[in-house]
Amino acid sequence: MECCLVRFLRDPQHSATRLSPGEWQMLVRQARRSNLLSRMAHLVEIFDLLSFVPEHLQSHLHSAQLVSSSNLRSVKWEILQIYTALSEAGIPFALLKGAAYVMSERDASQGRLFGDIDILVRNEQLKEAEKALIKHGWFCTKIDPYDQKYYRTWMHELPPLKHLKRQTDLDVHHTILPPTADAKPDINKIWEQVIELKDYPGMYVLSLQDMILHSAAHLFHEGDFEQGLRDVVDLDALLREYALESGDAWAGLFTRAKTLHLSRSLYYGLRYAKMLLKTPVPEELTGKIAAGAEPFCLSRYLMDKMLLKAMMPNCLGQKTRLLGLARFILFIRSHYLRMPMRLLIPHLLRKAIRQEK
Amino acid sequence: MLLASIPLRKLKQQLAGEGINLKIGPFVVNLSSTLPNVAENLSELYGAYTLEDIHRVDFHIALQSPSLIRRWIRPQAIFSFDGYLPFKPLPQTQSFAMFEWGLNWCVANNAHQYLVIHSAVVEKNGKAIIFPGTPGSGKSTLCAGLVSQGWRLLSDEMALLSTQTGLITPIPRPISLKNESIDLVRSFANDDIFVGKPVHDTAKGSVAHMCAPTSSVARSDEPAVPTAIIFPKYRKGANIELSPLSKGRTFLELAENSFNYHILGSTAFGALTAMLDQCECFRLNYQNLDDAYTTLGNLIDA
Repeated sequence: MECCLVRFLRDPQHSATRLSPGEWQMLVRQARRSNLLSRMAHLVEIFDLLSFVPEHLQSHLHSAQLVSSSNLRSVKWEILQIYTALSEAGIPFALLKGAAYVMSERDASQGRLFGDIDILVRNEQLKEAEKALIKHGWFCTKIDPYDQKYYRTWMHELPPLKHLKRQTDLDVHHTILPPTADAKPDINKIWEQVIELKDYPGMYVLSLQDMILHSAAHLFHEGDFEQGLRDVVDLDALLREYALESGDAWAGLFTRAKTLHLSRSLYYGLRYAKMLLKTPVPEELTGKIAAGAEPFCLSRYLMDKMLLKAMMPNCLGQKTRLLGLARFILFIRSHYLRMPMRLLIPHLLRKAIRQEK
Repeated sequence: MLLASIPLRKLKQQLAGEGINLKIGPFVVNLSSTLPNVAENLSELYGAYTLEDIHRVDFHIALQSPSLIRRWIRPQAIFSFDGYLPFKPLPQTQSFAMFEWGLNWCVANNAHQYLVIHSAVVEKNGKAIIFPGTPGSGKSTLCAGLVSQGWRLLSDEMALLSTQTGLITPIPRPISLKNESIDLVRSFANDDIFVGKPVHDTAKGSVAHMCAPTSSVARSDEPAVPTAIIFPKYRKGANIELSPLSKGRTFLELAENSFNYHILGSTAFGALTAMLDQCECFRLNYQNLDDAYTTLGNLIDA
């Protein structure tokens, strides 16, 4: 049987009228487990479905909404603190992922929970940015010399920063994928199309096209699939807004993906968004992308098997051992995509030995 | 149906299968476990609680072994909420205490229809007293003492202040007693009060649970009006002293003791100020339960 949560996210109105009390309960549990309960509550509100929700679950949805609005308040405030620190030092930066959805008022930010904030800074200003942030109370969490070297040499970001007083996390990126990865999107081309936020000179978000591509690239290069379904929900919301804003200019997205060498990411992104959430992307576009970027049928088959499994909320209704295995394989895969073998093997060995100590 | 009406053998089977659906205060908790002693602890401490329909559950909780090895060698228990593991495993002897702590965590993180204040709440003559608790203040001891002499227990651990009605919703559960207060309460309490065997060497020292009185459990659906906020302080050699406290000071301490003030924001501010408008606020220094019992009895009767 297909997961209640996926069915609900795909078509809340249709699904709400057909759920039994037991299924509602399962839906709430799956949504909570996938960090999507507040998104579910948001959908219930905008589609006016509260009367279908069993009474004792209504307070759970309401609670989730309270959590997400308090989360939203603190994220906005945190963004302003970062803005203060960097604008004072005259360093322009772009918000990425969740923080960008909030400040550009994207639908994807509605009912979403936010963890760390991600920002993009030009490589040549990275040191300066780090200094400015440290001056304002952020500090480096990974003080181990190996970790420092790992991030600074091979990754696309500084070692994660944390604020001394507020304990909030901040990731400072200088490009969107690790320089060691196969796909090498030209970051200058991304900077060319960023959009400055009204009232905040020097603070930017990516263009909607690039937001979509980054979201897709993130989904398929990251190793953490506990958040996988949430990432697909983000991607789906962005794609739906793109469809509204750009009419039938889908070809633009395709061209942009080629320019940034992210066709494969876009291919998978669209594939799973369509498969899971029936995102309305025209067939001809998916066909066009497939023509250049479709992987071999065996690896596509394996990806389908593992990804669809790994993204499901792991409470009930399925064998958790297979789920664990699928997530583990995908974790290894994410590392493989990020680094060539000659770097990856020593890195994993080193991590394993250090954990033993 | 009451939990006590299920034979132990059947209770074990149910725990190992679909779990049992226990009504605890305003919540229904589905608990499943294959660990030894959970059924015994449950029937000792939760016998008077009712079982509910499976489709009415708020929190699905499981107590299990983290791995096959940990079932047999230095056995451990792990708490999971819908498959999410908020805590590190603990020795299996502490599995029941873990259930209590874990349930607190579930409520504090998911029940924002209430402002959840870390405190004990007891009631007499329709008047509820809130004892906010910093660890070591002796709030549980005081609460157990009063309850063992006929006061109604609303909660030993958290005041659920409804943001809608301004009333305190009861969530009576076993009272966790620590170290020397275990014997102190045993010697003070009436004979019909049950205190379980202590578990030693937990993060909080030795812990024993005292059963919530049956009459308090039976009145779980009856909210109470908050009338006094009292910060207790247990001190050896101190005379009993009940001194008034300003509302401003009390407000700050209550806000600090709330688990979800930051989530509720202005709603929390509104709920707390409205409550304080109708409450008297005090500090209470005490060294023995008899004096405290008399003083608080007088306060309620006045």
